[in-house]
Amino acid sequence: MGKFIRLKKGFTINLAGKAAAKIGDSGPADSVAIKPTDFQGIYIPKVVVKEGDTVKAGSPLFHDKKLERIQFTSPVSGEVVRITRGEKRALLEVVILADKQVEYLPFKKHTVSEIANLSVEGIKSQMLDSGVWANLVQRPFGILADPSVTPKAIHISAFDTAPLAPDYSFLFKGQDHFFQTGVDVLKKLTPGAVHINIHNASDLSTVFSQAKGAEVNKFSGPHPAGCVGVQIHHIDPINKGDIVWTINPFGVIQIGKLFLQGIYDASKLVAITGSEVKNPQYVKTYTGASMKSLTANNVAAENVRYISGNPLTGTHVGKDGYLGFYDHQVTVLPEGNDYEFIGWITPGANKLSVQRAWGLFSFLTPNKEFTLNTNTHGEPRAMVQTGVWEQLVPMDILPGHLIKSILAEDIDEMEALGIYEVIEEDLALCEFADVSKHNVQGILREGLELIRLS
Amino acid sequence: MKFLRKQLDSVKHNFEKGGKWEKYFFAYEAFETFLFTPNTTADAKGAQIRDAIDLKRLMMTVIIAMLPCLIFGMWNVGYQHHLATGQTGTFMDALVIGLVKTVPIIIVSYAVGLGIEFVFATIRRHPVNEGYLVTGMLIPLVMPPDIPLWQVAVATAFAVIIGKEAFGGTGMNVVNIALTARAFLYFAYPSQISGEVWTFLGEGVKPVAGYSGATPLAIAAASTGNAATDLSSFGAGWADGMYSVWNMFIGVIPGCIGETSTLMCLIGAFILVFTGVGSWKIIVSVFAGAWAMGLLLNAIGTTPFAQLPAHYHLVMGGLAFGAVFMATDPVTAAQTETGKWIYGLLIGVFTVLIRVFNPAYPEGIMLAILLMNVFAPLIDYFVVSANKNRRLQRATV
Repeated sequence: MGKFIRLKKGFTINLAGKAAAKIGDSGPADSVAIKPTDFQGIYIPKVVVKEGDTVKAGSPLFHDKKLERIQFTSPVSGEVVRITRGEKRALLEVVILADKQVEYLPFKKHTVSEIANLSVEGIKSQMLDSGVWANLVQRPFGILADPSVTPKAIHISAFDTAPLAPDYSFLFKGQDHFFQTGVDVLKKLTPGAVHINIHNASDLSTVFSQAKGAEVNKFSGPHPAGCVGVQIHHIDPINKGDIVWTINPFGVIQIGKLFLQGIYDASKLVAITGSEVKNPQYVKTYTGASMKSLTANNVAAENVRYISGNPLTGTHVGKDGYLGFYDHQVTVLPEGNDYEFIGWITPGANKLSVQRAWGLFSFLTPNKEFTLNTNTHGEPRAMVQTGVWEQLVPMDILPGHLIKSILAEDIDEMEALGIYEVIEEDLALCEFADVSKHNVQGILREGLELIRLS
Repeated sequence: MKFLRKQLDSVKHNFEKGGKWEKYFFAYEAFETFLFTPNTTADAKGAQIRDAIDLKRLMMTVIIAMLPCLIFGMWNVGYQHHLATGQTGTFMDALVIGLVKTVPIIIVSYAVGLGIEFVFATIRRHPVNEGYLVTGMLIPLVMPPDIPLWQVAVATAFAVIIGKEAFGGTGMNVVNIALTARAFLYFAYPSQISGEVWTFLGEGVKPVAGYSGATPLAIAAASTGNAATDLSSFGAGWADGMYSVWNMFIGVIPGCIGETSTLMCLIGAFILVFTGVGSWKIIVSVFAGAWAMGLLLNAIGTTPFAQLPAHYHLVMGGLAFGAVFMATDPVTAAQTETGKWIYGLLIGVFTVLIRVFNPAYPEGIMLAILLMNVFAPLIDYFVVSANKNRRLQRATV
């Protein structure tokens, strides 16, 4: 039996526009895109298709020049219509026009008993070839998992505490069998444990809690309790020299389907959320779906921001953009590109703050849902305040000192202060709450890259 | 508001890159962002929403917390004047005298300090930080009402340039700026900031018989060399019940403009702690340290001052003001949560030690905070080292 960890620190941002537990119609599935920029740690992606080629679901689109065994494959069948390149011809996205009926590239099927006898190398090559490998994220650094290493453990966070996050028990309902098979496969990749970290309060579907052969750990507490980095810190922390892998339940289910059915199935449920969405709900679509199809006839306002992911760690992709590889959520928020007369002193109950210096009486309305825009509410300033970030990171880590050591580019200090244990999402709340409006997640990534590439 | 916005927009291009007043951009930015929160939005990657709070709001909260001290202090200037000269006056009379004495000091402090801030921001091309909004109010509050204005100006300039800008500006200073200003006057012009300067008498006015402008601390300190002084009559003073614990708590005693009233400081402390702007750990631990040290001296001390009941230390002098507004300055205090306890505790301990054992300086809180400002990074160093060691002990390589 796993551990039960109660977390106290953190802050749950309660926003308006949570997805209702129903599956709505998405627009016509027109085009999907796979973006190399979604994959942290990719070196130089090398495209293997040309515009006009037809592909099946699971056909390779590109691979990395360094980790060339990892194939990035097409989520749907169809025609490659556009290969977008940016500065210095860097590959930005491969766009595929989807067929009405998806055709799958066949991979080897296995029965449950066969899977138990598969060799590690056999498992790895099937995962690498089919495209499911990209679901594995390696810590430290939060990069694509290197197939040549053996991780200390594999961690699966089975709940999401981010603002407006989808409900995983709805997202993965009825996938018990595939999830269990995925866990069985993953168990072969590590000599350590596969940890499934579930939320204590959720009346969970049995998908996660009944999984066999894994350590099931329970967590309670506000965001970022659902961040896998926070969970690892409390279960089995990453020390210098350790390597662990993390994977979203969606990836585990994809692995299960690959080995049981022999297909790369990239269909997924995505939560369409945010205050600007008329009808916040779930839609059934594919990895890399276009924002247009996801939000068709569901957004009224013009001056809005289309975010792939949640409002804390997501990416502003624009109305014509595409869903990120790892995302199960689209958030549409009002843009805050307007001035506000003496907005820093004007009292108002419609803005959210971690600190009571803003919402003095916010404790009277604990369940209020806020409609927030993307305004920064202030200008970059020197670091002055202390003690607030520490209240938002439920780990034995000093975020203020860590960020300062990164700004000083002091690698020894970063290591000593625990940079290996965190990636952007773990400190996202610090960026939200920062009085001095620092780009905390960006700074952290710079520090991680400085160490990784040195 | 639209009119204001239009005016700002119409001159903005002059300050932007390539404009004719390009180098004054940050001076312009300071005014613009004061009037309007900017229209900047979150970056494409990362947090798409941001907390409503900013540095302006934070600093304004501290100023609001200081208002009770300021208003009470103004009234007290007039009240002490009436008391010392034997006149009677209404509440408003006292307040008006206080306003006349205090407002010029505040204006000088802000004008000099903000002027230097703007000059440095322009030269160094960085935004004007709002930290001085608080410092500029703290400096008048720790000055005697009779201070010459040119001394306020010199002390402010010294504190902002040597205490802050020399270290890199807001957020980088080692010692508290307002206390640097006061310490500068303390050592450079001691005659205007010690002795009987705490009551405003006015030109050619004769004080009442038996008048002494000494603060309670000065009386207590004077007793140190003279073991015969009986502090049991301490509460009497030259006016009826002048230095009773109650009077010292309420603050109707001579002293700096803003620091006499423990009660008003506690109201300020409540605002700071309730809004989460000031660290309650520091405030509580300063009081705890001073009280504990007072008790210890009661047990082992031989001088009358050492025998002074420990709770007197909490209401005498500037301990409360220092604990609430000076020690909690986040830039110069310890930055780790554990460090804050140690930092506050030591400030309290040193305050009482300096008061009781140092014959030259009756007030200890200023020197204690400046001393601990210098040691705060050392305290943090040990707390951070402990954090690092916990991580190292887990590791196997």
